[in-house]
Amino acid sequence: MSAVRLAADAATSVGSPTVNISIFVLFVAVTLVIVIRASRNNKSAADYYAGGRAFTGRQNGIAIAGDYLSAASFLGIAGAIAVSGYDGFMYSIGFLVAWLVALLLVAELLRNTGKFTMADVLSFRLRQGPVRTAAAVSTLAVSLFYLLAQMAGAGGLVNLLLGVTGTAGQNITIMVVGVLMIVYVLVGGMKGTTWVQIIKAVLLITGAAVMTFWVLSKSGFNLSGLLGDAAAANPKKEPLPADAVLNPGLKYGLTNLTKIDFISLSMALVFGTAGLPHVLMRFYTVPSAKEARRSVVWAIWLIGGFYLFTLVLGYGAMWLVGPKAILAAPGKANSAAPLLAYELGGTLLLGIIAAVAFATILAVVAGLTITASASFAHDVYSSVIKKGKVSADDEVKVARRTAVVIGLVAIVGGIYAKDQNIAFLVALAFAVAASANLPTILYSLFWKGFTTRGAVWSIYGGLISSVGLIVFSPVMSGKVDPVTGLGLSMITNTSIDFSYFPLENPGIVSIPLSFFLGWLGSVTSREETNLEKYAEMEVRSLTGAGAEKAVSH
Amino acid sequence: MSQTPVGRSSGTSYEEVQASEEFANLRKSFRRFVFPVSAFFLTWYFAYVLLAAYAKDFMSIKLVGNINVGLVLGLLQFVSTFAITMIYARWADRQFDPTAESLREHIESGEIK
Repeated sequence: MSAVRLAADAATSVGSPTVNISIFVLFVAVTLVIVIRASRNNKSAADYYAGGRAFTGRQNGIAIAGDYLSAASFLGIAGAIAVSGYDGFMYSIGFLVAWLVALLLVAELLRNTGKFTMADVLSFRLRQGPVRTAAAVSTLAVSLFYLLAQMAGAGGLVNLLLGVTGTAGQNITIMVVGVLMIVYVLVGGMKGTTWVQIIKAVLLITGAAVMTFWVLSKSGFNLSGLLGDAAAANPKKEPLPADAVLNPGLKYGLTNLTKIDFISLSMALVFGTAGLPHVLMRFYTVPSAKEARRSVVWAIWLIGGFYLFTLVLGYGAMWLVGPKAILAAPGKANSAAPLLAYELGGTLLLGIIAAVAFATILAVVAGLTITASASFAHDVYSSVIKKGKVSADDEVKVARRTAVVIGLVAIVGGIYAKDQNIAFLVALAFAVAASANLPTILYSLFWKGFTTRGAVWSIYGGLISSVGLIVFSPVMSGKVDPVTGLGLSMITNTSIDFSYFPLENPGIVSIPLSFFLGWLGSVTSREETNLEKYAEMEVRSLTGAGAEKAVSH
Repeated sequence: MSQTPVGRSSGTSYEEVQASEEFANLRKSFRRFVFPVSAFFLTWYFAYVLLAAYAKDFMSIKLVGNINVGLVLGLLQFVSTFAITMIYARWADRQFDPTAESLREHIESGEIK
């Protein structure tokens, strides 16, 4: 018991907040200068939304990795491995394999067909009004869930990383992150945001690589030995064998229900990535489909390499820090990577990793904000409300104002969501993206008979079923810790229980349902295929004829 | 930012291109590649997920030292993802792009028959 207390005390006071804050301020200063320099040429809508489509495949691939490797991936997966062992590793596999869907089926076709948003592709040959509105609603929903997850992460981490304690301190940190993000987006547009993501991705991947090398060198570059040491450091939980952390099942294999939940989560991960609006929008920042392909290839190598690092870091943290000390630290599992950094490289490495964690949150929220603001301005305001009768300048003006509003919503939401589980909020965003977005994207790219009704049913059906099932799941109410009797759901009052749906992840129901609704809506609709538009879309998507070109300055 | 009125001014409509043999071949070669590969990686991924969920004893078999079947299969997911990425990029650069580009040039110059 005293060891735990000691670890907790050590954890709250690890490192030097001054060092952590200084490194973070340095990051902000450097990126701000780059953002301001990069944005001097920002004039057109394509500059604001798509960085002039002038990034190379490699730059965009690094930026995609920067966008995708959010706090939940970096801190969440390393922490999940450190605490639950192999099951945390399974999580990262879904996040990586998902990129093949984007590579093979979505990225290039989307780049050739659309202009700025996901809705451009979905509404290409269907009725603009209803489809764009539906696509914008689900874009905003997914982006907001993801945004709240990142902001909650920012709030939850301050305790550990910056030595800020108490509610007021956390709230101030969330506000600082929110305001900085608004500045990046307003000043830099997509170009500035992309550079922030590139710098952050390089720092994050380099930092993880250094730590991985460090951990491996401590274990004599023997993976088997590292695993053995990690398992030995883990307190034995009867009746499990000592090396249970190396086998699957600690987290998801407990009951039949948790197994189905894991399958459901895997479906959401693998089908969600290629439906995340902020990922899709990144494909418009390159000049051609060929560069979009190159971006995904780069992203897959970087993301895959990074998850291999987290495998070592997770077991490394289990070995060198220990699950007890990790769970006793303020950020719980999320603190595994920072605590490992402190264990390895002391104050300086912790400062760097802490600053990178904040930079991560900052870069991801900026990307999300620009996506959500583009979707509102381009899809809802310009195309649906003004029926396309609006100048590009006015549209961008609306997008900028929307970005400010979203930034403020994120700050307020982040303050309220700061005690929520980050991984859960991210999984929710993936489940909604997989249910509401991906079926419609695939149908509209590959199925001639797809109709407006099919799209609308599939998007709203996927959105409502996934969010609805979560509301009536144990995530929201009715989950009780069998040992302590405390509530583990969002509603911690254990007397309130409306968890009629037993799974925590809705994907296994809502994804097939959305595919089914897209088919059903289409076959029951009398709408005839717009053959001219269908021909244009198919020819454009495969050949790139008539696709949007890069902006030349 | 207006869209280029491809084809229309030069007399070739998208519908004519879509009906052309050259385009039909391009579409066929694309689908023949991406559909089976997608089916393969999804099957392989969900097989892994089901094994992890329901074949715990099999996944826990130790092969070398502390390296068990589960870890090897998990790492093989990384290997297959990297391999598919490389194979697809190579195929697309060498086989798909030249055809797509020549077709695009034909469309943009209005030469397609």
